Amino acid sequence: MTDLETFRRETRAWLEANCPPEMRTPQEDDDDRCWGGRNFRFKSEAQKVWMQRMAERGWTVPDWPKEYGGGGLSKDETKILREEMRALKCRSPLDSFGIWMLGPALLKYGNEAQKKEHLPKIVRGEIRWCQGYSEPGAGSDLASLQTRAEDKGDHYLVNGSKIWTSYANHADMIFCLVRTDFSAKKHEGISFVLFDMTTPGVTTKPILLISGKSPFCETFFTDVKVPKENLVGTLNRGWDVAKYLLTHERDMIGGMGLGGGGRPLGQVAADAVGVENGMLADPLLRADIARLEVDGWAFQMAMERAGDLAKAKQAHPAYSSFLKYYGTELNKRRHELVMTSLGSDGLEWESARSQEGEALRAWLRTKANSIEGGTSEVQLNIISKRILDLPGA
Amino acid sequence: MALVLNEEQSMLRDSARGLIADRGPVAQLRKLRDDRDASGFSRELWKEFADMGFAGILVPEENGGSALGHVEAGVVMEEIGRNLTSSPFLSTALLGATAMKRAGGARAGEILSKIAAGQILLALACDEKSKHNPHHVETRATRAGNGFTLKGAKTFVVDGHVADLILVVARTAGGVNDKEGVTLLAVDPKAKGVSVERTIMVDAHNAARITFDDVHVDADAVLGEVDNGARIVSDALNVGRAAVAAELVGVGDEAFDRTVAYLKERKQFGKAIGEFQGLQHRVSHLYCELEVTRAAVLKALQTLDQAPANAAPFVSLAKARACASTNLAVQEAVQMHGGIGMTDAVDIGLFMKRARVGQELFGDSRFHADRIARLRGY
Repeated sequence: MTDLETFRRETRAWLEANCPPEMRTPQEDDDDRCWGGRNFRFKSEAQKVWMQRMAERGWTVPDWPKEYGGGGLSKDETKILREEMRALKCRSPLDSFGIWMLGPALLKYGNEAQKKEHLPKIVRGEIRWCQGYSEPGAGSDLASLQTRAEDKGDHYLVNGSKIWTSYANHADMIFCLVRTDFSAKKHEGISFVLFDMTTPGVTTKPILLISGKSPFCETFFTDVKVPKENLVGTLNRGWDVAKYLLTHERDMIGGMGLGGGGRPLGQVAADAVGVENGMLADPLLRADIARLEVDGWAFQMAMERAGDLAKAKQAHPAYSSFLKYYGTELNKRRHELVMTSLGSDGLEWESARSQEGEALRAWLRTKANSIEGGTSEVQLNIISKRILDLPGA
Repeated sequence: MALVLNEEQSMLRDSARGLIADRGPVAQLRKLRDDRDASGFSRELWKEFADMGFAGILVPEENGGSALGHVEAGVVMEEIGRNLTSSPFLSTALLGATAMKRAGGARAGEILSKIAAGQILLALACDEKSKHNPHHVETRATRAGNGFTLKGAKTFVVDGHVADLILVVARTAGGVNDKEGVTLLAVDPKAKGVSVERTIMVDAHNAARITFDDVHVDADAVLGEVDNGARIVSDALNVGRAAVAAELVGVGDEAFDRTVAYLKERKQFGKAIGEFQGLQHRVSHLYCELEVTRAAVLKALQTLDQAPANAAPFVSLAKARACASTNLAVQEAVQMHGGIGMTDAVDIGLFMKRARVGQELFGDSRFHADRIARLRGY
């Protein structure tokens, strides 16, 4: 038996023994996710135990180095762990922007003290991070951001505001883009800093969205003192960190194109339109669903291939823009078809039957997928410029 | 298994790319077309395919073949697609060889040896209607004397005009649309009662309509078992579908590459037309569609090698995707070339023509999306 086969067998046995049965049921919605953090209220004891057991082995972030609390697994081992978790239907033990976004950026740009301080707390789910990127005047044109950090000798003094800060009201810390040089060109005066959300002068205000939920906030900074050791990378070179981090954010959002668990669309539609001769009675809806399934399943393979390309060091650095663009457009298409398949039953905003409009709220939420993390149009611009090398792009 | 070519496969791609671009370029297809060539393909190139081991790519070593896999076959098909090469590689080296391997027996073994040596051309005669429907078999073989009498008609028989042996899917039991009850027969096109009408297709590649008017075939014409040919045919078709999907990837990639180059070179309003965002976004979207298909096609080819019993849905996915994305690629290619794209002098229209034929071959995107929906139970 090869080492990897042994690893697979042992991993399966460990997961079977340690993943509580309640954590092997499909996640109903975003509220079932475990985000961690100082103030996180676990939905169940099982959720807490599952996170802690995985964190002890570093398997909440299996591919980070052991010295920073990660699992220290190779890419092959990480792939096997993910496959075995999928096979046993284990939920993700911990989701966080620390894992998906800040961690990779710190591993590349952070100094030793920053890695030692922050990474293990991310792995253990102790600190929940939020991302301070967009501003009211800086959306697609992110580099025009105006939040300023002035050098006050032993600290930076931060003033300004951010918007679309996901879960800022629940976050313990923020990684934030600030302007540190107003005379430089817009990409060259930006720095990347970290600070605690409990620092005096930080306030957050949730934004009510069309889904009726408030996953995003406006975040305001008034004379916020940020210790100088919290600067990541080089002063005024924060754009490099920001871009690198964005590729990880794009991978994460693109992954939504894979669709979650949930009932297969074919079955949802069968309830609404009926079945004749083993086929959905509405042939045009059946065709739409089949086409989506073709594209969705193929995209799953494209995601797998993207990982293999990265491993083989053959991936284009801007490949994540393709995944982000395609995955989010696919996810919107999927949710449009969910609504079509549910028919008028799916339109009930407030009823027990519709679980308080759960499908509606999810459908509305997907509309942000192709806006957040760089719009679809921005991704197409990036592909034009960086992959296809088109002039003037 | 990683969804990237391994080192040996990459080397094979490089040598196939060199050979085919050099000896089977688009210019060759033009010449075959304009000369109204009797064969419609280059026999010299086919000989080189035999020397390179491509003719015997799927043939076992004991029959003198290279005994490679479907990923390797797909690598060659992709280069054929890039160059629009007219070649019996699909009909003989892939469909023919797969049918012979599944059929087994001494006769099939002899044919496999000849395939590897480049000494025989085969054609699979399956379709009877203008839309692919492999279970619809009206052509009937009835027992007579020591063999059968064959009656019926086949269409869209790729390379049927040059084949030395036609592999005919004939009904020996059951009704016209039954899945089972078919037998695969090796028929000599020169036998009495066989008439072959060469059909030059829009892409200047070749197929044939073949009619069998009470053709007598001996019992030894049976490949595999009587009434049990359905599995052989479906295995051969699945290899053919994945191979055509790979060819379409090549067709789409080349049309795409030529279009991106044209966007950088063509100037209007005082600048390269590639500077216009209206075109940038369309061509970038096309890039994404082609990338998604690339992954699905490689996955299907790998599955044919690793777990052939599970390959059917993967193959349908690959063909459904390849038809759709390559069709988009060639349409965008002609549109972005503008008026020049409508001329015969420029190659880009030839890619659109080949894509149209490749889509129809062994099931278009609707056929395969429908197959996936059925497999998923809706």
